Amino acid sequence: MNHNFQKDISGCGLVGIINRDGKRISGSFACNSLCLMNDRGNGLGAGYAAYGIYPEYKDLYAFHIMYDELGAKTDTEEYLKKNYHIEKKEPMPTASVPTIKIHPIIWRYFIKPLPEKAERELANLGDDDFVVHTVMKINSEIDGAYVFSSGKNMGAFKGVGMPIEIARFFRLEEYEGYIWTAHTRFPTNTPGWWGGAHPFTLLDWSIVHNGEISSYGINKRYLEMYGYKLTLLTDTEVVAYLFDLMVRKHGLDTATACTVLAAPFWKRIDDMPEDEKEAMTALRMVYGSALMNGPFSILFGHSKGLVGFNDRIKLRPLMAATKGKTVYMASEESAIREICPSPEKVWAPRAGEPVIVELEDSR
Amino acid sequence: MLTIDAKGIYYRDLNNKVREAVAKGEKEIFLKNINGQYYIGDGLRGDVKITIEGVPGNDLAAFMDGPTIIIKNNAQDNIANTMNSGKVIVHGDAGDVLGYGMRGGKLHIRGNVGYRVGIHMKGYKKQNPIIIAGGKAGDFFGEYMAGGVLILLGLDGDNKRPLVGDYLGTGMHGGVIFIRGDVDKKGCGAEVGITDLNEEDKKFLKEHLEDYCKDFNLKTEDIMKSGFKKLTPASLRPYGNLYAY
Repeated sequence: MNHNFQKDISGCGLVGIINRDGKRISGSFACNSLCLMNDRGNGLGAGYAAYGIYPEYKDLYAFHIMYDELGAKTDTEEYLKKNYHIEKKEPMPTASVPTIKIHPIIWRYFIKPLPEKAERELANLGDDDFVVHTVMKINSEIDGAYVFSSGKNMGAFKGVGMPIEIARFFRLEEYEGYIWTAHTRFPTNTPGWWGGAHPFTLLDWSIVHNGEISSYGINKRYLEMYGYKLTLLTDTEVVAYLFDLMVRKHGLDTATACTVLAAPFWKRIDDMPEDEKEAMTALRMVYGSALMNGPFSILFGHSKGLVGFNDRIKLRPLMAATKGKTVYMASEESAIREICPSPEKVWAPRAGEPVIVELEDSR
Repeated sequence: MLTIDAKGIYYRDLNNKVREAVAKGEKEIFLKNINGQYYIGDGLRGDVKITIEGVPGNDLAAFMDGPTIIIKNNAQDNIANTMNSGKVIVHGDAGDVLGYGMRGGKLHIRGNVGYRVGIHMKGYKKQNPIIIAGGKAGDFFGEYMAGGVLILLGLDGDNKRPLVGDYLGTGMHGGVIFIRGDVDKKGCGAEVGITDLNEEDKKFLKEHLEDYCKDFNLKTEDIMKSGFKKLTPASLRPYGNLYAY
């Protein structure tokens, strides 16, 4: 596996739905909305992330793993058995879709790190850290095995196909979540493979992205210093890991993390009041290598909320709307109206200014 | 009048229907239940009037030459790309990159507009494209503008966001921008000159606002009450020396 890929350019479509009251809805809403933007993708990648789908296993990490061949599965399970309590393992429930002729072997596992194992003690890691370590290890060391989902009570479902094909393949109408993100891909210079479809996830973080992270090289090298291994051959991966680093490890709040990724230009910082100027300057200095350049609109999902944001000069589309306790975000207003014909409020978020939505009882 | 129910119809089929109707001489078309269909009115010629109910998709009225399109709701990105003549009326908000390289005709928007509106508009003699937006605008308004007219009114809305974004008229080397309100020189491109209106400007503005107000049932006098600023390129060749050193 060559981990030296530099970047990916794409023009994609994305959708995000969050019910702030925690009400769970079927995956068909996200799918119907996304299908309106079929022409933004080309069938070489589509995917969904959903939160609240595994309430019966909500304290266990739900691993979704794709294998190129059975040998990879044997190796992976051997490692998992040694280090995790495996509550349940099963083939991912899928349906036969005639247009999806080839797909990896996909399994899911509901697991919990064993407290006493040597490998873990050596690393002196907490549960979340050990899961991150496991994901990095499997993805980079076991040939043909990719963990594409590793959070609690959430899951990613993705592959090569159009949005409707991937939704049918994973039987998404059978899942109910309070947050859904969805993506249709138009890859242009990295492979349209199953692991390269969006969302990209780590623990509870999930990212769908339209655009190009031109700063991928800098971001990648920065993340590697903290032990992240970038194995999925596309730029979006860095966003998921940057959020993990800044929010989970460094304790920044979501708004501050977004400010780091889409930092105000220096000329704007110059005009800020003194204390704000000092804070912004410090953020840009400390997290210079986390700044994301290039055109992007991104939806960032986590177990307690959904964030949508653009690059600093708005080179990719993003619309938002509200109706009751539901907030919608999408690349096009019509995609929102496809599932919510009369929203109360519709707006285009400004460049670099995140739309941060949290569950009502998240505090 | 021909009515087409566009619910669930793919853009290609819809636009073929519109094109066929126009070829047969239809003068008035009503498109109902539109949602997200791309390319409506693209390259269309003649004096047909198309009324749209719903939110049409991106790239509406690109290369359009003559028709009038009335959108009763919001519209999306990239309206009137390289449009040659005709008129587009949007009763709601519209998105980014409106009137890219527009070379004639009119684009009237009642609400807010997004980023890069009027980018690289051009004009020559009788070809004088005009975009009037009733709300506020994002960054890069009139970027690389080479000709034509951009008018921004800021009619309603709160004071939470500025009337117009940063990089106003950056790279502007032709045409004129009228802004109803104050303009901060710091937010403008280096080549932009800001002046008050002379009598000739006021006459010109009034004439175009009357047409705009007719479309949205507004009063020209109310709009003309506030002061406008006029933005023009300060130099005809601001980058003439760019590679001279």
